[in-house]
Amino acid sequence: MGLAKRIIPCLDVDNGRVVKGVQFVDIRDAGDPVEIARRYDIEGADEITFLDITASSDNRETMVHVVEEVASQVFIPLTVGGGIRNVADIRRMLNAGADKVAINTAAVFNPEFVKEAAEKFGSQCIVVAMDAKQVNGNPLKWEIFTHGGRKPTGIDAIEWAKKMVNYGAGEILLTSMDRDGTKVGFDLALTRAISETVHVPVIASGGVGNLDHLCEGVKQGAADAVLAASIFHFGEYTIEEAKRHMAKAGIEVRL
Amino acid sequence: MKTVAVIDYGMGNLHSVAKALEKVAEGTKVIVSHDPDEVRKADRVVLPGVGAIRDCMAEIIRLGFDDVVREIVKNKPLLGVCVGMQALMDFSVENGGTECIGILPGRVEFFGNELRDPRTNERLKVPHMGWNQAHQTIEHPMWQGIADDARFYFVHSYYVLPTGPELIAASCDYGISFTAAITQGNVFATQFHPEKSQHTGLAVYANFLKWGGE
Repeated sequence: MGLAKRIIPCLDVDNGRVVKGVQFVDIRDAGDPVEIARRYDIEGADEITFLDITASSDNRETMVHVVEEVASQVFIPLTVGGGIRNVADIRRMLNAGADKVAINTAAVFNPEFVKEAAEKFGSQCIVVAMDAKQVNGNPLKWEIFTHGGRKPTGIDAIEWAKKMVNYGAGEILLTSMDRDGTKVGFDLALTRAISETVHVPVIASGGVGNLDHLCEGVKQGAADAVLAASIFHFGEYTIEEAKRHMAKAGIEVRL
Repeated sequence: MKTVAVIDYGMGNLHSVAKALEKVAEGTKVIVSHDPDEVRKADRVVLPGVGAIRDCMAEIIRLGFDDVVREIVKNKPLLGVCVGMQALMDFSVENGGTECIGILPGRVEFFGNELRDPRTNERLKVPHMGWNQAHQTIEHPMWQGIADDARFYFVHSYYVLPTGPELIAASCDYGISFTAAITQGNVFATQFHPEKSQHTGLAVYANFLKWGGE
């Protein structure tokens, strides 16, 4: 027995409400983030990730209050992403009770920001979130996209992961844009390619539709943690069911 | 009213630590303080920490908390957490070598980037991040009500190696067997984060608030 593979429910939060889109559109309301986070904690979530998808920066303060509220009731690691653009944004989230922040677009525009953040707050709290999409190439190739998967950057995903770890990322949150919201399973080739390249933990994200997908992410994708949203929000499965399923498949989990 | 002070030296997740202590405080007042005199007056003290050891030690020394810690442990319980545990040792190899407070004999070593599971030869990621088991190696009031091999949340790339194994209160396996908790006299320290380890972690803080030391 040793380190458990983690299950991380992800809450996309828009103006203080949990929502979940399919391939970044068609947003459905899934409820109050504090209530949902508490439920996931009780069910045995290993961590919780919040992605603030609020479009207007005027409403970013809402997220701070959500984090504060959750952090005073839920004693597991909390990660906050979305709109993390500078050191002040990070400090605000950590002060609110977040343990880690996920940096995505800001890392692409200014990679030095990741270095600065890791030096200032420690690598343990800097997660680099990368949105990757398969592009033509042999062997398989993936490219980094920004703006919720709309804007290509020309950056190779594997090279990007290496660079971000060199710059001090303590963890990679890897989302397949091809799979996000589709419920057909993780992009396992992408997940394995990144996980085997870097020495830091990789969280697989995008595409979970059933519990076997979670097992595949760990076994075939070599992910250290698996992230899912809609299968938990809409009550299809509880986190406890997911963990029992993984344990049955021979994966070490915290039960 | 009894007080517990969380040392605020500008680094680390004090808020999480303070919130967890408040959750189990029942009659103990939780103070977060950067004032050495206020910390000295508390009945018990927590030294938290995350991030790089050199920056942590620089701030601990600048604010005079190295002396405060040396003084406190003579007659009051002290709980070190994560880098707060590592800071209590003599020396850390992190950041090219960093002198630490030195109230516990031993060093802080690096897991290395080629860590492997000795059973499967599978490569292990560094940092060691997530929920792993603490094997209790001694009986201790801090373990009261906590199952042996209970899981706690860890996130670290460096680990404590005490000079004598008799100081180890719990071990954990990750490629090697390393120190998950250490104790000597009035000091108890954990590599894991009790404030992020759900009920089991809160039980550690509850035990600390009851523990008389020694």
